[in-house]
Amino acid sequence: MTFEKFLFYFFAAMVIFAGLMLITRRNPVYSALFLVLAFFNAAGLWMLMEAEFLAITLVLVYVGAVMVLFLFVVMMLDINVAEMKPGCFITYLPVGILIALTMVVEMVMVVGPNHFGLDIYASPVPHAPGYSNTGELGSMLYTIYMYPFEIAAVILLVAIVAAIGLTLRRRPDTKSQNPSKQVLVKRDDRLRVVKMPSESKMELK
Amino acid sequence: MIALSDYLILGAILFCISVAGIFLNRRNVLILLMCIELMLLAVNMNFIAFSHFLGNATGQVFVFFVLTVAAAEAAIGLAILVVLFRNRRTIDVAELDTLKG
Repeated sequence: MTFEKFLFYFFAAMVIFAGLMLITRRNPVYSALFLVLAFFNAAGLWMLMEAEFLAITLVLVYVGAVMVLFLFVVMMLDINVAEMKPGCFITYLPVGILIALTMVVEMVMVVGPNHFGLDIYASPVPHAPGYSNTGELGSMLYTIYMYPFEIAAVILLVAIVAAIGLTLRRRPDTKSQNPSKQVLVKRDDRLRVVKMPSESKMELK
Repeated sequence: MIALSDYLILGAILFCISVAGIFLNRRNVLILLMCIELMLLAVNMNFIAFSHFLGNATGQVFVFFVLTVAAAEAAIGLAILVVLFRNRRTIDVAELDTLKG
């Protein structure tokens, strides 16, 4: 067994373990942390497939941003885990396992070694040491896929606006500043010069 | 050497784990959202495997777009979840039946 193969099986086993732990935990915090583990190991697998840019993006964007967002929401919602009835899990366990096993068997029959084995799709030659995955992706994204790239940017903008618009709420009792009024303020609104006679010299004690 | 089928089988197993997770976790919308993220990860794994073995970087570009859309989906989904929890004080899927006739 070569080192590459060992790495593949290690990362794959960790991804599957993390996935199984994710769906069986009752506490969402543990689920989120196991999802982080799954993402890390998937990033390792993507590194094995020479997709370095996406592997780094997965760790930075997913683990760094999306999962932190998940953890924020989990901790903000204040869900009472003990109050949740566990009966549902047991009720749906047989049907869940049945459907998952059926789908695995079906998919493996389709994508198994008979159709996608090494003799049909030979292992590709590794890239030369100076090869830049980021450069290649960038040159494709900014030329052929320019419009989809801009649409992706718009989608992110829409997501920002929607997330803020959904969760923003105005409460009448909260005090807030009005920046436009602050900017428009004149000197006369704030400052009053009082004319008064000067006092006589005070005695120092 | 690692064959393309190994990566595809891993993706299939991961996808089915998340499908099972959607069946099992009817009590918690948060874990359902996480299962969807895991599903997208499985799909991305297939895209990258094909991109690697066919020597074509288009698959990686598509994974980039899937990551973008998944991030947007997570942000909006969690925002909806926060509003839902604020109004109903629960994230139990079984209790969210207002639209049921």
